[in-house]
Amino acid sequence: MTPILQLDNISKQFPGVKALDNVRFEMNTGEVHALLGENGAGKSTLIKIISGVYKPDSGVMRFDGQPVVFNNPREAQSKGIATIYQELSLYPELTVAENIFMGHAPKRSIGPLKVIDWKTINERAVELLASLHIYDMDVRRKVGSLNVGNRQRVEIAKALSINARVLIMDEPTAALTESDVEQLFQIVRLLKERNVGIIYISHRLQEVFELADRVTVLRDGQYVDTRPVSETSEENLISMMVGRTIDNLFPKLPAAPGKPVLEVRNLNHAPLTKNVSFKVHAGEIVGIAGLVGSGRSELAQVIFGMTPAQSGEILIEGQRADIRSPGQAVKMGIAYVPEDRGTQGLIKQMNIRENASMAVLRSLSRASFIKFGEERKLAKESIEQLSIRAYSPEQIVNKLSGGNQQKVVISKWLASKPRLLIMDEPTRGIDVGAKSEIHRLMSELAVKHGLAVLMISSELPEVLGMSDRVLVMREGQIVAEFDRAEATQEKVATAMMSSGQKAAVTA
Amino acid sequence: MTATPLPKIAANSTAAPTWTRRLRSIIFSQEGILAIGIILLLVVMSLGFERFRAPRNLLDIFQANAYIAVAAVGMSILIISGNIDISVGSLVGVLAILSGTMVTSGFPAWVSWIVPIIVGGIVGAVNGFFVAYLRIPSIVVTLGMSSILKGSLIIVLGGTTIYNMPTDFFLAQQAWLGIPSPIWFMIIATVVGALWMRYSATGRAIYAVGGNAEAARLSGINSQRTTMTAFIINGVMVGICSVMYATQFNSIQASVPPGLELQVITSAVVGGVSILGGTGTVIGSTLATILLRAILSSMVFLSVSPYWLKSVQGVLILVTVLVDILRRRRVNRQ
Repeated sequence: MTPILQLDNISKQFPGVKALDNVRFEMNTGEVHALLGENGAGKSTLIKIISGVYKPDSGVMRFDGQPVVFNNPREAQSKGIATIYQELSLYPELTVAENIFMGHAPKRSIGPLKVIDWKTINERAVELLASLHIYDMDVRRKVGSLNVGNRQRVEIAKALSINARVLIMDEPTAALTESDVEQLFQIVRLLKERNVGIIYISHRLQEVFELADRVTVLRDGQYVDTRPVSETSEENLISMMVGRTIDNLFPKLPAAPGKPVLEVRNLNHAPLTKNVSFKVHAGEIVGIAGLVGSGRSELAQVIFGMTPAQSGEILIEGQRADIRSPGQAVKMGIAYVPEDRGTQGLIKQMNIRENASMAVLRSLSRASFIKFGEERKLAKESIEQLSIRAYSPEQIVNKLSGGNQQKVVISKWLASKPRLLIMDEPTRGIDVGAKSEIHRLMSELAVKHGLAVLMISSELPEVLGMSDRVLVMREGQIVAEFDRAEATQEKVATAMMSSGQKAAVTA
Repeated sequence: MTATPLPKIAANSTAAPTWTRRLRSIIFSQEGILAIGIILLLVVMSLGFERFRAPRNLLDIFQANAYIAVAAVGMSILIISGNIDISVGSLVGVLAILSGTMVTSGFPAWVSWIVPIIVGGIVGAVNGFFVAYLRIPSIVVTLGMSSILKGSLIIVLGGTTIYNMPTDFFLAQQAWLGIPSPIWFMIIATVVGALWMRYSATGRAIYAVGGNAEAARLSGINSQRTTMTAFIINGVMVGICSVMYATQFNSIQASVPPGLELQVITSAVVGGVSILGGTGTVIGSTLATILLRAILSSMVFLSVSPYWLKSVQGVLILVTVLVDILRRRRVNRQ
């Protein structure tokens, strides 16, 4: 039997990163094929190549044995390749039926005019949903009023309406409730019986064992292996996913933690911060590991006052702090380097000087007028201390590289002389050189200047390389804590993903 | 914190811009282009027409739309903050009548000048409250405000005209040091506005909130208070504009000056204020006001129907926005 989909030696290069390097992948009809890898391993790039969003730089893709080149997603769809992305791409103001037939609505003729055949649309939508054993959905209802599980069913029906032969599901269960997950699994099995090939991406290993026939693992843009699920185990898969050695990217200095700077007690903010308690000491780097959606950034946002806590206590240097806004957090000596520097960290039209002084405008002003001399001095010092590559403090930050932009964000916060520095994905999308510079800076800030650093990262090597202690979050809770000495890739990854056994290590 | 200097990572490479580069960046800025445009137009027209270079005409070019320039200073600040006000015309109509009514009811002239300015600030605060704290888009809030003001103006005073104001009321007809007062107001509003936007912490915050409200908020800037401030300043500037408008002629009509808000917004946009917020200067908007008036005056001398001015304004708006977008694209690609 020829595989329905076969990719050989696929490579894709982005500026500064080799996203895929000689990757292969094959799939049969009626197969559920899981695609696994850490964040940044190249899963998204691979499915975007299969679905026609990207063109590979080299390599061959065969569909039904024939070599194919997709110039855009439409061409892939016309072959029967449908994708359900994590963020669903539905129109909330349109009905279920309209969404299902978006772009290929059945038409009828009135004289010379071709008009949309509403009767057929609604009837066929009902049929499609019925074929998925969904009988309780009103196809005239607006999609915006449906819950996530039902929206996903609409997406699946939409895929079937173009006669999908390959269905790509990118983390379909990430936002679902348990009963929705069960229904989704039934639908997946139904599609499998109908010979649809399903590429299933998930971080939840138990789902892979429950649903998939085979599994392919990618790591750092490279193909690791493809195996039948029956011939592998959870530990096996985890070590395939993370099995690299930590290199010298992490110039961590030995820490001598002092007094607690941040203490959090039973912090709650629905839905992703549940009863969280921990401490961060002066001079210490605490790393938070967890999957996307485990509540790490949400926790940072609660501490920083973006989404104030609904209950629980935050103590800064032993004093109770009632933090209701970022402004108050800044006054308490908290700094937050956000996950997305473009939309949250920088004001891109402004220059380095203006960005660097953003958090200290008030203290830099006399009678509410900015002291330009001091501001310029601050900017020059920032450029020098963080070795920002720029020809002058007046350079617009939008023209800087990602690494230099991140350094500007960090310099903004260092100017505020914080006691606690929260860094959310501090080196995401940054080249290796700038990355190790930021790591060294982080380490020196903690050890030499006594800052308490709370670092969130999706890169396990970064968490393990930089942290004095590692906290692991899952579903809004801290489920494990490891000392630097005892934290290993396997232990942390197992705690991040483990199949529901909450008995994992707790301090 | 310890007193040790922050860790230093490595030497950085720098290539300082030369003075020619700096000069070029001034000339090719929006303000530079507008200023050169004004000078070129004035020189060419003055060479061609003797009556154009008469001091009276040249002065008129700067004076006639000075009240628009003052409102455009407020509008520019508001647009930079990421908002817009389309109730300017209605508010000027109401405040001008308020000023005239007060003076004819026996209030001293200076009170009749001050009160409309304060009321303008209050109306701005009301608009700002709806936008900043109730999170309603400014275009909707000020559209509503515009209808309310226009409606009440017509119901309360529809069609009436106020005259017989005392002679000391006509502020905009005065001249100091030989220069008509509207030009003074325009210069003062522009200079103070420009300095404040450039050097004050609040001015910087307005740029920040308009450029990226989320990043500004995460830097500890109170974006709601900043938005309120921008609206109040705009209201006060509209108030000053109203007093200039009310005191320029010997009578005040109880009507809304047609299309005034569009002229004000045009000045801001042609002056280089990005309609998306975050960039632009009040100097640019004032220069744009002057340039538009200079174009109108030239058209009269060239016997072109002044109705073409609207089309010229339209072309200028589109060209400015196009240049802005191209510039942004180029920046984003890097």
